[in-house]
Amino acid sequence: MTVQIWTYIFVGLTFALYLGIAWWSRVRDTGGFYVAGRGVPAPANGMATAADWMSAASFISMAGLVSTMGYAGGVYLMGWTGGFVLLALLLAPYLRKFGHYTVPDFVGDRYNSRFARIIAVLCALFISFTYVAGQMRGVGVVFSRFLEVDVTVGVIIGMMIVFIYATLGGMKGITWTQVAQYWVLITAFLVPAIAISIKLTGHVMPQAGLGGMLEGETVSLLSRLDGIQAELGFGPYTEPFVGQWDKVNVFFVALALMVGTAGLPHVIVRFYTVRSPKAARWSGFWALFFIAGLYLTAPAVAGFARYYMLESLNGSTQETLPGWFHSWEKTGLILWYDDGDGHLRYSGEDDNEIFRAGSLSPAELSRIAREHQRWLDSGGLRGEDGRSILKARGLSGPDRDIIVLATPEMAELSNWIIAFLAAGGLAAALSTASGLLLVISSSVAHDLYYKVLNPRASETRRLLVGRGTIGIAVIIAGLFGIYPPAFVGQVVAFAFGLAAASFFPVIVLGIFWKRVSMVPAVAGMLCGIGITGFYIIQVVFLGMDKWTFGLSPQGIDPQGIGTVGMVINFAVTLILTPFFPAPPERVQKLVDRVREPEGWSPPVDIDSGPEH
Amino acid sequence: MTIDDPVPSKIAARERAILQSYWRGNLRLMAVLLIIWGSAGLGCGVLFADVLNRYTLPGTGYPLGFWFAQQGSILVFVILILIYAVLMNGLDRKHHREREALGPVPAEEKPFSREGI
Repeated sequence: MTVQIWTYIFVGLTFALYLGIAWWSRVRDTGGFYVAGRGVPAPANGMATAADWMSAASFISMAGLVSTMGYAGGVYLMGWTGGFVLLALLLAPYLRKFGHYTVPDFVGDRYNSRFARIIAVLCALFISFTYVAGQMRGVGVVFSRFLEVDVTVGVIIGMMIVFIYATLGGMKGITWTQVAQYWVLITAFLVPAIAISIKLTGHVMPQAGLGGMLEGETVSLLSRLDGIQAELGFGPYTEPFVGQWDKVNVFFVALALMVGTAGLPHVIVRFYTVRSPKAARWSGFWALFFIAGLYLTAPAVAGFARYYMLESLNGSTQETLPGWFHSWEKTGLILWYDDGDGHLRYSGEDDNEIFRAGSLSPAELSRIAREHQRWLDSGGLRGEDGRSILKARGLSGPDRDIIVLATPEMAELSNWIIAFLAAGGLAAALSTASGLLLVISSSVAHDLYYKVLNPRASETRRLLVGRGTIGIAVIIAGLFGIYPPAFVGQVVAFAFGLAAASFFPVIVLGIFWKRVSMVPAVAGMLCGIGITGFYIIQVVFLGMDKWTFGLSPQGIDPQGIGTVGMVINFAVTLILTPFFPAPPERVQKLVDRVREPEGWSPPVDIDSGPEH
Repeated sequence: MTIDDPVPSKIAARERAILQSYWRGNLRLMAVLLIIWGSAGLGCGVLFADVLNRYTLPGTGYPLGFWFAQQGSILVFVILILIYAVLMNGLDRKHHREREALGPVPAEEKPFSREGI
């Protein structure tokens, strides 16, 4: 059977499974809708958190990023996992003990301010929409690559599936679907990784394989890879601090991603769904445990695929090229523009012949190909060298997504495993999208509609508004996916920076320093968001020179500015606090309550309490 | 019950002391774990990666700094959260025993539950 038929089978089966789970776990009240009735066991919640957190980007693009960046790719691995430690130690158990529905709820109640709540809602909405747009696009891309349907059709199918199970089951439906999605995506990721590890190094564990000897040789894979990379002008794979990734930038970006992860509302909200703070602690462990399954394997896939690609492509001719090259050439993820000698060369220097189509339209691409052919045929007299055109557009090297997408073919696995990868990519994209949609829904329906606009709304009405918001959010997200704004990729850095500069300091200080009151906290939050937003907009969109802070001659990467925003937020709040009165008695009691051991005082009954 | 008919204010003071010692224990544990977190990830993985890269992880071909950045730090993170969950839940239980030894628990208080692991 062909890959395509297998893909239809797997995608159909997994979608039927998700819908079945949604029907089984449909809910009737807001407690079930927002926090799954708080009845999710810790390991299941950990799995759901892992699926929620691992997006289409983690699944499809991250190994590719590491593969091209070498050592510096570690910032994403460390940043995205290190944040979970902060989350588990500093935030999760306390927020669970606080016992509300959303992050803006905590900010609004702890600082006793409607203004703070609204800022928090806006941040949560911005972060969630930025993220969800990328997921919907991911769904469309997986569909178009594996099933050869239009991206638009793919996005619409994805939208319908998410809409059905998110509105039907709310958080409960989403949680149990995510548990299933975790298994789909981790299996799809591990099988090709193990296969290529055995092929190259003879080790079954990819992590051991990456540090192991090459099969049948006495040299380690990494030192061989370092050698090849240096020879081809890429810089050794394992060497730290090459090019733009100097020590200061690696540090800033890693820290910003860590703190940003801890402040992401769709991850935090997962800890509201468990029974107790104790279960919240266990959930944190299980979540990172399950995430590590993919994050420890991704660098291995990255190293294997890098080695395999450089080895098998360089020096090949049209006849000796491996089969996967031809199948992915059609998608534009990898292109070969020969210099005329008929031998492929993939290097980090001017003689590189490997490119990608990026966002070029098929018409533009075929024009470049024609010009290049003319240039070749005339011996450089007519036409134009396609390599210099693509290089000038920044399209040197293959698309990073190819690393994961082509691994099964590199490892010569059967068709059905390649097809299963499509189901895995869809699971990763859909699970993250549904978690984000729920945050959007709760931000609008709970924090804005119920807590600010219409506090007397009935349960039925709130549930209706919650479901309606998901519907609208799905459509907006789908439109973003079909017509991606050019800036979506760059805005993701913004989402992390913003989460780092806004939520993290305000929640940590809210728990660990009782004295902090509304004005200093809001001032700190505004300064943090302001400086982060200003820097990213200026550098990414308006071409401002990067600031060096006297630390790095190259300036701080916009992805790392969240670290600065966070420090400023902390500093402003800490400096202002002594000048303002302590928060009211009620708030201080709330903080005391949050710090007590579990079950010390009567549990907060959030649904009948005066605050709700 | 260890204390016979204690003065209510004495109980309250003792209760506060227990809460304080609980909170201090919590902060101490967190500080230790966060220091390890910082030194494994940002320390060995970033700040000292170039120095550590001169050595390899024994028995493998991993340069040590590279290993910390792409494998070691993640392993350390998982273990840290595990230690936190175990020790912190232990701390919860210990202070519950102390609290129970103090006198009758208020009527509406639910007994400490073991569920949820």
